[in-house]
Amino acid sequence: MSNAIEVRGIVKRFGDFTAVDGVSFAVEEGEIFGLLGPNGAGKSTLIRMLVTLLQPTAGTALVSGFDITKQPDDVRRAIGVIPQAMTSDLELSVEENLIIFAKLYGVPRAKREKLIDDLLAAVELTQWRHAQVKNLSGGMRRRVEIARGLVHEPRIFFLDEPTTGLDPVSRVAVWEMLQKIKAERDLTILITTHYMDEADKLCDRIAIVDHGELKALDSPLKLKASIPGKNILDVSFSSTPPGWLERLQQLPHVQSVTGEDNIFRMSSTNGPETTLALMEQAQAAGVSVQSLSVQSTTLDDVFVHYTGRALRDALQEANPLDRGFMMRRP
Amino acid sequence: MHRAWAIIERELRRFRRSPVLIAMSMTFPIVQLVVLGYAFGGNVKHLKLAIVDQDHGVPAVKVRELASAVASGARTIDTIDYTDPGVALTDLRNGRVNGVLTIPPDFSRRVLERSQPRVALIEDNTDSFVSNAMAATLGGLLAAYNQPATAPRVPGQATLDVVEVYPYVPYVQYLLPGSVVMSIFMMVMIGGGIIFIDDKARGLHEGYLVTPITKFELIAGFNISGTIKAVVAGMFLIVIGSIIAGIPNPFDPMRLVRLFVLVVVTSFALISLMFLLMVRVTDPLLPRAVFGILNTVLYFPSGAVYPQQGFPGWMTVIAVADPFTYAVHAFKNLLLKNTGFVAIASDLTFLLIFSAVAMTAATLLFKRTL
Repeated sequence: MSNAIEVRGIVKRFGDFTAVDGVSFAVEEGEIFGLLGPNGAGKSTLIRMLVTLLQPTAGTALVSGFDITKQPDDVRRAIGVIPQAMTSDLELSVEENLIIFAKLYGVPRAKREKLIDDLLAAVELTQWRHAQVKNLSGGMRRRVEIARGLVHEPRIFFLDEPTTGLDPVSRVAVWEMLQKIKAERDLTILITTHYMDEADKLCDRIAIVDHGELKALDSPLKLKASIPGKNILDVSFSSTPPGWLERLQQLPHVQSVTGEDNIFRMSSTNGPETTLALMEQAQAAGVSVQSLSVQSTTLDDVFVHYTGRALRDALQEANPLDRGFMMRRP
Repeated sequence: MHRAWAIIERELRRFRRSPVLIAMSMTFPIVQLVVLGYAFGGNVKHLKLAIVDQDHGVPAVKVRELASAVASGARTIDTIDYTDPGVALTDLRNGRVNGVLTIPPDFSRRVLERSQPRVALIEDNTDSFVSNAMAATLGGLLAAYNQPATAPRVPGQATLDVVEVYPYVPYVQYLLPGSVVMSIFMMVMIGGGIIFIDDKARGLHEGYLVTPITKFELIAGFNISGTIKAVVAGMFLIVIGSIIAGIPNPFDPMRLVRLFVLVVVTSFALISLMFLLMVRVTDPLLPRAVFGILNTVLYFPSGAVYPQQGFPGWMTVIAVADPFTYAVHAFKNLLLKNTGFVAIASDLTFLLIFSAVAMTAATLLFKRTL
């Protein structure tokens, strides 16, 4: 399988600040590739370089075989882009937005009508084609933008945080829409997000980006498998005898145990067997289990492992001013 | 170039659906034309003139009769007789009268002796329009007084005969050319500058920049659409303003053609200026902040409301570089004098050179990337 995108040691600096620091990766044709990271991690800067909105300071990338620094117009013809901000014209109708962009991409008049009909059907907005965009919900506006980005039949589709600001139901609708369109149109999709569940469910492969650097890259399954501990057990007891934590650590497959006040978190490479042994030990010691939950490793655990902090903490660290700055000056 | 037309189509569709924008751009110049035109255009009337006659002789009575004639004819002044000059001066200071005409006790004697007879006008000079009008009226009154009772058969004094080339031009008509340029500027500022920066801030320009559109097509799209909007505003004000101001024969087809050409050239010059000012701006507040300053700096030195010959030197420098100056001058020629292109050739030349310089500078500053 050939590469739709090849990023080669790309760097972007704004004065003394390095937003993207020598990132390299390749996206295969037909896959959905996710860039995962908090605000300010460099995702948007990276995607803006790939779609020719920003000039790299160093390095380059090939998109659909074209060099982004030397053949930007060829790159622009080959790609569809959905920027982070909602950029459809609110005063124009859904159809008018698509017509204008079809003209901007030079889509021949003969093909235009059929293309727009098909796209409106694909994003389920046919009945809203004459509605002004300002009268649509956030999720519907995002679907207009998806249709707009595909109006010239690109093979590679870039989406910069397409579900940010949407409610959970709309987010899921956008995911389903993207999966359907990708299957129908044989698209390669590069998507940036800071939603773990979105990256997990949507992406074939994920690159974790933090502080402008690529921290890890693989499929969600392999990423989760790559870190120690496959299951996390959260257990609470009514009371515990002295030395209970050490006894929990000796249970089969347990890698680590933390806890206090009769509440413990255990990391295990085999959740079911550790759970069974835990119940047997508690019964033998006369300790009653108040609650027990077993969960698989999440991408959040992967993010913590590779970046040393939780994604939600990283999101909170980026204060609103920083976020505004990053939105204006990627 | 077809991509530039896509931008133009988009801008004009949005323009059509923004009636508030259209109304705001055109209402202000019309309101200004009507209010300023009629506020400043009329002659000053009914100024209160206190007359203190301390002489009561026949020559003094003649002066008072002439003043009464003005009061009942042109009505520039209303006369009030006072006996006490102190009371008259107190009323002047308290604003009850605008001026005091004092006929001194020896006036009649000096008239008969031909010994420099004088009357005094003491006036409230805090309002120069009022004081100038009163001084001019009484100056004319005394000129009439000094005329000999019987005119010599062959006058020995030189006289001036004034021949007016054009019909009387009321102030509201004088103001119309400036209002037309103002309406073009308003549309350039609101429909061009402010929307351009707002779209940039909202990320709409990102949508353009990721398409294969060229830098030239982008610039052409933005500026042609802005020019079209400004031309609509300018032609609208020419039609409505001509009716309001009572321009004679306003819809002569040849005059309308010449006006249309001038509106297009003026619109392009002002949109070029706006594009140059806004090409690197990203803060949506900035065009709003400079709107009032630009309006004042460009409009008032242009000769739209007052002749430039009365300006101090520093303001004349601004006027020379101000594209409004040439546009207003050209519109005055076409609207008030109904001249041909020959009379406005130098104005058109300046505006075209100004457009070329501003657009070239803006193009050099325009970035195809973020």
